Amino acid sequence: MQALVIVAHGSHLNPDSSAPTHAHADTIRSTGAFDEVKTGFWKEEPSLREVLRTVESEEVFVIPLFVSEGYFTEQVIPRELRLDGWDVSAWDSDGLSADTATLVAEDTGQTVHYCGPVGTHEAMTDVLVRRAETVTGDPEVGDGFGLAVVGHGTERNENSAKAIEYHAERVRAMDRFEEVQALYMDEEPEVDDVTEYFESEDVVVVPLFIADGFHTQEDIPEDMGLTDDYRTGYDVPSEVDGHRIWYAGAVGTEGLMADVILERAADAGADIESAIATVREATRKTEADGEPGKTDTDREPRETDTDGETQAAGD
Amino acid sequence: MTDVQATAVDVRDEQVDALLKRLGSNDGPIEFDGLSAATDADGYALSTPESGDHRGLSEAEFRAAATEDGVAPYVTNWHYWEETVGHRGRHRRAFLRRAEAADERSVPARYVDLDSGMETEWGEVVVTATLGENGDRRYEIRHADDVGAAEDELDGYDDPLDARQIATDDDRGRYRPLKSAPTLISGWIFENLGGRDAVETLDVLYPASVANWNLEREDELDVTHWRETAERQTGIYDIIEDLPREAVEWVAEACCVDSQCLKRREWQYDEGDDLAADNGAGAFPCREPCSLVVAAARKWTKLEEEETHTYEFELTPSEKEQVEAIVDAVADGRIDEIREADVYEGANRYRTRFLRAKRFDEDGSLSGTPTDPTDEN
Repeated sequence: MQALVIVAHGSHLNPDSSAPTHAHADTIRSTGAFDEVKTGFWKEEPSLREVLRTVESEEVFVIPLFVSEGYFTEQVIPRELRLDGWDVSAWDSDGLSADTATLVAEDTGQTVHYCGPVGTHEAMTDVLVRRAETVTGDPEVGDGFGLAVVGHGTERNENSAKAIEYHAERVRAMDRFEEVQALYMDEEPEVDDVTEYFESEDVVVVPLFIADGFHTQEDIPEDMGLTDDYRTGYDVPSEVDGHRIWYAGAVGTEGLMADVILERAADAGADIESAIATVREATRKTEADGEPGKTDTDREPRETDTDGETQAAGD
Repeated sequence: MTDVQATAVDVRDEQVDALLKRLGSNDGPIEFDGLSAATDADGYALSTPESGDHRGLSEAEFRAAATEDGVAPYVTNWHYWEETVGHRGRHRRAFLRRAEAADERSVPARYVDLDSGMETEWGEVVVTATLGENGDRRYEIRHADDVGAAEDELDGYDDPLDARQIATDDDRGRYRPLKSAPTLISGWIFENLGGRDAVETLDVLYPASVANWNLEREDELDVTHWRETAERQTGIYDIIEDLPREAVEWVAEACCVDSQCLKRREWQYDEGDDLAADNGAGAFPCREPCSLVVAAARKWTKLEEEETHTYEFELTPSEKEQVEAIVDAVADGRIDEIREADVYEGANRYRTRFLRAKRFDEDGSLSGTPTDPTDEN
C-alpha cells in the first residue's frame, strides 16, 4: 500500500486556490498508480495537521505543490505533518536540489517520503513549455516566439528567483524559442517592462505560480499593460508596444503538472513508471498533428485573494 | 430473539469458499459476531446462537449448514466485515460498524433493522445503512433537511469526489472555507454506495472527521490546546500567543459554537484550564484550533493591543438599542431574514440608513466624533 498526498497552500477566501491541486490529484488518481491519493492544505481542510490520518496506507509520498524551497517547504509543512526529527539538512539542497527525505510521522507512525517542491523539479520545465503550447494552441510553438518565465522575485525568498532562472536556462538550452527571459514582479528585470526584453513580435508569458489568484490575475496583467483594469479582462494575445503578448496565467493550472508530482514521487522510490507515461499524454490539450487544440484563453477576472500570506512568502 | 426468517439471506458459494479458505489458513478458528467456525482432525465445526453446535462436518455438510436460516446471516455478515471491509482502514471499519450498531446488536437483529435502514447523523448529513445482496451493505448519504424527500427530487451522485462541489459554496454561492460550518447545501443524494465510498464521501464533506471520531472513541485523540497551537506558530502568526486568555474565550464563543461550526470543541486554553464557551454537541471532535481560528486570532491579537478611549456620543435610548440590535443581527447572521419593510427591527435596512443619515457626518464618523481623539475637526 502506497499513498500520495499532495500538500498545498489553499485559501480561506478563494476556491480557485485549491482547484489545481484537486485537478492534479484527480488526474493521478485515475491512473491507479497509488492505492490512495489525498490532498492537504495550510488554509483548507483536511489541514496539514490532519491529512495523514485520512490516509490508510503505511507508506506515504508527500509532494508540496509549491514553486520553490523556503518557509513552507522547510518549516511549515514538516512541522504541521509532525515529521519526527526533520531538519532541512536532510534534503542537502542548494536551494534547487531538494529531492526526498524519509521520516516517520509522530502521530500516525506512517513512513513519509517528504519530497522537494514541484517548482524546482526539472520536469517543471516541460510544463512551462506545455503551457506555452496550450495558450497558443500550437504544439510546435517556438519559431518566431519569445518566452518569459515570471516569478515573484527575491524580496521574500531568494530561492524563488533561483527556480525561475533555472527553468529559463533549461528552456533556453532547448533552442526552441527565439528568446527566453526570466522576469520578476518585485525586482529587475521586471515583468512591467516585458516588451523591452524581447525582439520577437510574439511573446508567451508564463508565471511560475501554483494557482491563479491576486498576482497572476490582477497584478501581472495590469503591470504588463494587457489591461488597465483586470476586471474588464484582456485578450490572448494582447497587443502591447508592437508585441503580441500571449499571457498564460499560472503554470500550475496546466494539466501536465500532474506529471511533475509523479516524477517527484518516482524519484523518491514510488513504483509508478507506467502512470507517468499515461499522464504525459492524457494531459495534452493541443493536437499532436499540429492543429490547434482546445485552449483556455477566455479568462474571466476572478476574486481577489487578499490573504495576508502568499505562497512565496517567507515572512 | 428477533426472527431470522424476517430477513432471509442467500449465501453465495464464493462466500462459503472464502470462509473455508480462511479456516484452511493458519489464522486459527473463527469467532466473529456470534459465528464460530473451526476445523480439526474430526472435520469442520460450525455454530451460531440460533443453530446450535454442528461438529464433525464434511466439507459438503459444512457448505449445507452454512446456508441454513440460523447460520446464513452470520456467514454473510462475516464475509462482509472480514473479506469486503477488512481491517486495513481502521477508522473506516469503525465507522461502518457504528453505522449498524454492530458492537451492540446481534446479527439477526441488525439484519432486520438494516432491512428498513439504519441512520447515523454526521454533521448536517444522514448516513443510512441498508442490506444489499447476500449480506452486502449499501449506504446512502443525504442532507438531514432532505430526509423523507423522494430520491428523484434530489440530484443523484455516486462518485465521492462529487461531494467536493457540493461542499464548496453555501446556498448563496459564497465560498465555504470551513467544511464543518452549518451551511452545507441540501438537495443532493449519494445512493447505493459501498462502505469505502461512503466513508470517502464523508471525508470530503467533513475532512478527517471519521478518523478523529474513531481516535476519540479509542481514547487516542491527540487534542492540542490553544497554548500549544499558539506557541507553535511562526511567520505572520507567531503573534497569536500574545492574545490574552480572556480574548481566547471570546474567540471560542465567536467561532466555535454549534451555530458556527459543527465540530465539538475538545481543545481548551491549556491542559486543565478549560474555556467557558459552549463546546457543542457534534458527533465528531475538533482537536485543535483550526487555520481559520488562527488567522482570525492574528487579527484579534493586533486589535486587542489597542487601548480603549472614552468617546462621547449622543444617542436616544431607542438608538442605543438599535445599535445593539444591528450587532446582534450581524453576529447571528440574521440580516437576510429581516424584511425590507419591517421597520420594527432595529437592523432593518431603512432603520439603519435613517440612523446613518441622522448620526454620521460626511466622513462616516458617528456623531461627528473622530476615531482618534487628537484628530479634532
